[in-house]
Parts: sequence; C-alpha cells; structure tokens
Amino acid sequence: MNAQLQPTGSAYFLTDLGNEVETHTLSVVVTNEPGVLARVIGLFSGRGYNIDSLTVSETQHEKHLSRITIVTTGLPSVLEQIRHQLDRLVPVHQVADLTVEGGDPLERELALAKVAGTGEARLEALRLAQAFGATTEDATLESFVFQLAGRPREIERFIDLMSEIGLVEVSRTGIAAVTRGAEGIK
Amino acid sequence: MTREMTGAEMVIQALKDQGVEHIFGYPGGAVLPIYDELFQQDQIEHILVRHEQGAGHAAEGYARSTGKCGVALATSGPGATNMVTPLTDAMMDSVPIVCITGQVPTHLIGSDGFQECDTVGITRPCTKYNWLVRDVNDLPRVLHEAFYIATTGRPGPVVVDIPKDVQFAVGTYEGPQNGRARTGYEGYRPQVKGDRDAIRKAMDLIATAKKPVFYTGGGVINSGTAACQLLRELVRATGFPITSTLMGLGAYPASDKQWLGMLGMHGTYEANLAMHDCDVMVNIGARFDDRITGRTDAFSPNSKKIHIDIDPSSINKVIRVDVPILGDVAHVLEEMVRLWPSVSHQVDKTALKSWWSEIDHWRSRDSLRYRPNDKVIMPQYAIQRLYELTKDRETYITTEVGQHQMWAAQFYGFEEPNRWMTSGGLGTMGYGLPAALGVQVAHRDALVIDIAGDASVQMTMQEISTAVQYELPMKIFILNNSYMGMVRQWQQLLHGNRLSHSYSEALPDFVKLAEAYGAVGIRAEKPDELDDAIREMINVKRPVIFDCVVANLANCFPMIPSGKAHNEMLLGDDVPEQEMSTAIDEEGKMLV
Ligand SMILES: Cc1ncc(C[n+]2csc(CCOP(=O)(O)OP(=O)(O)O)c2C)c(N)n1
Ligand SMILES: [Mg+2]
Repeated sequence: MNAQLQPTGSAYFLTDLGNEVETHTLSVVVTNEPGVLARVIGLFSGRGYNIDSLTVSETQHEKHLSRITIVTTGLPSVLEQIRHQLDRLVPVHQVADLTVEGGDPLERELALAKVAGTGEARLEALRLAQAFGATTEDATLESFVFQLAGRPREIERFIDLMSEIGLVEVSRTGIAAVTRGAEGIK
Repeated sequence: MTREMTGAEMVIQALKDQGVEHIFGYPGGAVLPIYDELFQQDQIEHILVRHEQGAGHAAEGYARSTGKCGVALATSGPGATNMVTPLTDAMMDSVPIVCITGQVPTHLIGSDGFQECDTVGITRPCTKYNWLVRDVNDLPRVLHEAFYIATTGRPGPVVVDIPKDVQFAVGTYEGPQNGRARTGYEGYRPQVKGDRDAIRKAMDLIATAKKPVFYTGGGVINSGTAACQLLRELVRATGFPITSTLMGLGAYPASDKQWLGMLGMHGTYEANLAMHDCDVMVNIGARFDDRITGRTDAFSPNSKKIHIDIDPSSINKVIRVDVPILGDVAHVLEEMVRLWPSVSHQVDKTALKSWWSEIDHWRSRDSLRYRPNDKVIMPQYAIQRLYELTKDRETYITTEVGQHQMWAAQFYGFEEPNRWMTSGGLGTMGYGLPAALGVQVAHRDALVIDIAGDASVQMTMQEISTAVQYELPMKIFILNNSYMGMVRQWQQLLHGNRLSHSYSEALPDFVKLAEAYGAVGIRAEKPDELDDAIREMINVKRPVIFDCVVANLANCFPMIPSGKAHNEMLLGDDVPEQEMSTAIDEEGKMLV
C-alpha cells in the first residue's frame, strides 16, 4: 500500500519529487510577539520547506494578532506536514490553506519599479505602464517610478517587459491573499 | 496569592507553587540573584552539577523516571549554550523540562555584553517554546505557562530566559491558579479525547484482523501509568502480539508471552517480520521513525494502519495511515478497552492461531543468539547477568549510546514503565551518566544503573563527582570493549573494515578513576568473576564505576541495514566477515 506513496521528510527519501508538486497559499494567524516570525521562518528552513513568498503584518491590533501569508511549493503530503507543523507552534492561532479551502483565493501583490532611460525607450515605458494600469509615483527627466498592484502573474509580466527597456530596480510586497465569498478565516 | 517580590524570588516561588522539589543547576553571574534566593530557603533542593549538559540530562532522567517535569538552571552565555544538547535531546524524546537561564541586563542585550548570547534564538528550534522576559510583571505568568506548555500535549523542553535586572526588579507575583487562563495562547489546545468515529472504525479493523500487531512507543509512557495499564488490558483481551520501539520499553511487560521484543534496526526477527507481514498495524504513541521503518516504500506493504498520537504533525509524516486518531493515548485506549466486548465476536480465532504459529516459527530463529565464551565476557552475557541479578529489585536503567545501548534494550527485560531512560531520538553519547544522577535524586533508595560504553562515558564522566557529593549510590556499568563499537560495526559494514578513529586509545584506568573521584571502582575480566563483582556493586551503598571488560569485537545483531526492508535483516549467525562489507548497497551508504 505504501509502495505507491511518497515518503516525506525521512532519511529514506530516495525517490525524486517528479512533477507532482503543488503551489499553495497559506494564511497563518499568530500572536504578534517578538520572535514569532523567526519561529515560522526557522520552521521552513529547518525542515527544508520552500518559501516562494511571505508577507506579514498585524491585522487585529486589539488582540495583537498578525497574519502571515506564505506561498509554498511541495508534494501534497509535504504541504499537509507544513500545515501541521505550523499549527504545532505555540503562538499560532490558526492555519488555513487558502488553495484548498477557498478553491481559487484572491492573491494580490504590489510592486514599485524604477525605470531609467530617454527617447523611445522612455516613451515605451510610459505606454506600457499605462497599458498595465500602473501609476506613476515619481518622475525625473530620465526616470520613472511606477506602482503596480495586481495578480502576481501580471506583475511578473510587467517586470519582464520593463527589464527590456531600462528597469533599474524593483521592490515587491509579496502576496496578500483572502478567500472569495462571505466566509472569513478570522 | 499576590505579593510584591523581586523577579528572583518569583522564580523560587513559582517553582514551589508548581510542586518542584529538586532542580539541577550551575551558577554564574547572570543567575546570582536566583542563587541567592535558593540559599535562603530549604524547600527546594538544588543539585550542583559539574557541567550544564549534566544538569539538563539529569533533569531528563528525573522527569522520565517520575513522570514529573524536570527543572534545570544555568547562567547566560556558555551556561545556556551548554544546555543546547540536553534541550535538543528532550525535544526529540518528548521530555518535559523547564530550563531557566540568566541573561545579561536588558540594557546590554544586543551589545555583545560579557557572557551574552542570543539564548532564545539559539534554543528556538530545540524547545517546544521559549521566552525572553523583559518585564518583571510578565514573569509569574510566563513561569506558570512554561510548566503548563512543557507538560501538556506532546511534552517537551521550554526555556525561560531572565535578564539580571529583571531578577532584581520588584513586581507583583501571582500564583498559578489566580484567575488566569493557563496560557495566553489561544491556539495552544492539545486535543486529548480521540474522535469516537475514528476509534469505532479502528476497533472494527482490529476485530476483523487476521494478522494484527500492536506497535507501541514512548507516547504510551508519556501518557502515564494509566495508559500502560490500559494497554496491557487491551493487548491481553485481544490476544494479539505486541512490539515496541526503544522509547516504549516497559509499557508492556517483557516477560509476557505476547511480547515480541523490540522492533527496528536492532529489533528481533519476530517483531520486524510481524510488522512486515501484518494486515492490521496498531501504532500507539510511536512515530514511524527511520530506525523503525527501514525503507519506507517497502514498509509493511499489506497492512491497514491505525495511528494514535497526540501530535497531529506525527500523523502521515513518514507513513500514510488509514485510521488516524488524534488524542492522548490513555483516553483513546480507555475508549478502545470499553468498546472491545462489543466487537470481539468478529475475531477470527483460526486466523489468529495460524498468525501466532507463524510468529512462533520466527521466534524459533532465536535472533538474539550469540556465541557464548568462557574465557572473555560477551557483552550480551554481561547484560543477561546484570538483569538476572537485579530484576527482583527496584531497578532503573539508563544508557549511553552505542552497541551497549542496543544490547541493554535487547537483553534487559523491562516489566514496568519509567524504568528505562535512554537517548532515542538524538542518540546522545554522555546522556546516561547524568540521567542516572537525576533518576537517583528522584529515587534515593532504588538501584540505578547506567549501562555505559567506554567512549560515551567519558563525555560526561565529571558528574560522578556530583554523585559523590550528594551521596547518590548510582552505578556506572561500562561494557568496555576498547572501541567505539557501534562506529566500528558501521565501518566494518560500510567502509571496507577501515577502522578510522574508532579505537578507544589511551583509556583511563576506570577503577583508579573511580577512586580518584571518591567513588568505588570494580573490575571484572572473566565470565566466572562477573556474578560476584555485580553482587558487590549492588551491595556497595556508594557510587560505583564498574569496568566490565568485554569481548572487543562483538557486533550487535540482528540488524536491518540502512536502506533495507524489514524482511532483509542481517542475523548474527549468517554474517561471515566477507559479507559484512557488502551488506549495504551504494544507496544505503548515503543514509545514516
Ligand atoms: C555526542 C555524540 N557524538 C558522536 C556520536 C556517534 N556515535 C554513536 S555510537 C558511538 C560510539 C560509542 O562508543 P561506546 O560508548 O564505547 O559504545 P559501544 O558502541 O562501544 O558500546 C559514536 C561515536 C554520538 N552518538 N553522540
Ligand atoms: Mg565501546
């Protein structure tokens, strides 16, 4: 029976991952106290889990609760482990796998992109920004800073295009996510 | 009770309120206020060790032999870093420990102050939880919370790091039951009661099994004596075979006819084959550790698996199970024992009978057999004699790590829980001697023996001085083979018999060493002097180092080589020298 199942995390993990890995977005509600983020990150690095994106902010001030949004990739059994391991941390109140529970959660990100150039490149940058619905937050005669909020994939495309025409630097917030519909996780 | 007091007083008061009678510690600048408070009271006995690692392992031995929480105290910096090994050990083996460390004053934190280290940072991954307390008014809550978290759910070690200025500061103390929630962490709610439907489903599987086996672990012992009692009831009522991990020895009596012996890498043939061939496996408080499963993709291929565990992250971590039951072993077993009469009519007695005859056939291989010798003491024989001469007393056994540890597990029969203390998960050489110290502090009149190896024992040997100081008559029984035997065995198996640095060169004269410490040294070199020497050791009411000189090159069998399945065991009598070196294939060599 176990012959078909992939063992996880053990010293006997000799089979390769194949392409059964999935990407999930987790929401983790924690007590906002010193060291709590280190605990969560340490868990991921210590047990060899992936972090594709991580954002954190206090979301309920009266209760001192923060919400950490983590995008992670792994085999389904590893993703299940991640959930349980997070849940085991003392200051963790709730762990929700939005990809499982919400089907198709809303995932948004914000990016600031600095693009420098003159002439045609400069004009093209401005046209692209307009096409993506980015706003211009700063401008000089040879540069712009654009702000784009949206789906991570859209931001990815925006940055790819800009890198052809003078992208100097980019700063991204990481992903914020909620499920659709009336139900909330907390 | 609410009262104004200093942080240092709070520490002592909280320990008293938590029912602590003994603590193991070592002083230093950052804990002097706490030591000053210790000096001014006599309710709590402080045992001064010789190295903080010793305090940590002693607290572990104390905890594991009593079921209570162990307490250790250390100073900042090197005191705290010396605690890392026992904390990790306790984390791996789920031992409840509260470790209190001193820290530099709050205004110096982060300045690389003298004896400053980031204690909560360093111990974060090796504790169940830890706190740096910056405000004296948080201290009482944190201290009580520390005991609560260490001892509930899956037990584990916690650290409370207290800066020196917080120890001097005055605040309001509150007792553990003073209207406070037991923890401020809403997310911390260990599930105790098992799901009824899951338990029902498990009982139906159990009742209709044709080749069942109980596979139990340290979780049964952690759950308490009631759990062990219920386990015995259930196993006897079903008539099924039972095996256990290294950590679970003693939960079920080794003398019972349903007992198959320990399973795993050095487990018995019958236990491992029963695991491999069973159709229903009932895992109670064990965690499918890699020493148990061997190759996971060949692990018990035809069985339905039931897994009872208090830690959800242990379920489906290594092996997928069919019926997970989240809860405390004692609660779940109670329910199972209650339900058994309602399902027992389904039992297929004929199938069970032929399962037992299969098992008896495996048993007849006598997989622990070794070649007796009348000139040198065989290590297995030494454990057998030690067992025979101590089994009728209240005896507690601790071990170090190596071949001697496995021989102790194989040849010493445990009838009761909490009598066997060994470093299972971390495999810490140097554990056994200080652990024995902790056990003896908790059980002053009992016979406490550390079954040791010549290499391991040198890692924490200094604690014999503690034993002498506190008149703790513990016995260090060294199976002296002049080798790091387990390392040598692996080198023989894996590395073409090139014995790289595994010979114990320049060993001390253990008898003289004992005498230098003010303990008693005894040596046995021949099988015919062994019994008298052991009797002498038992009769001396002082700490003893027993140098038991054993066959140098004996190896520990049976053995499931790394990367192999349960039915690919090596048995002692079928491993000629040349085969030793080819027993593990290339892939297996990568594993530990
Ligand atoms: C602290 C630590 N370092 C290294 C090891 C690796 N190791 C495992 S067993 C062993 C040798 C133990 O030798 P000894 O105590 O003489 O026991 P024997 O195997 O000879 O019975 C070593 C070095 C360990 N388990 N712990
Ligand atoms: Mg040795």
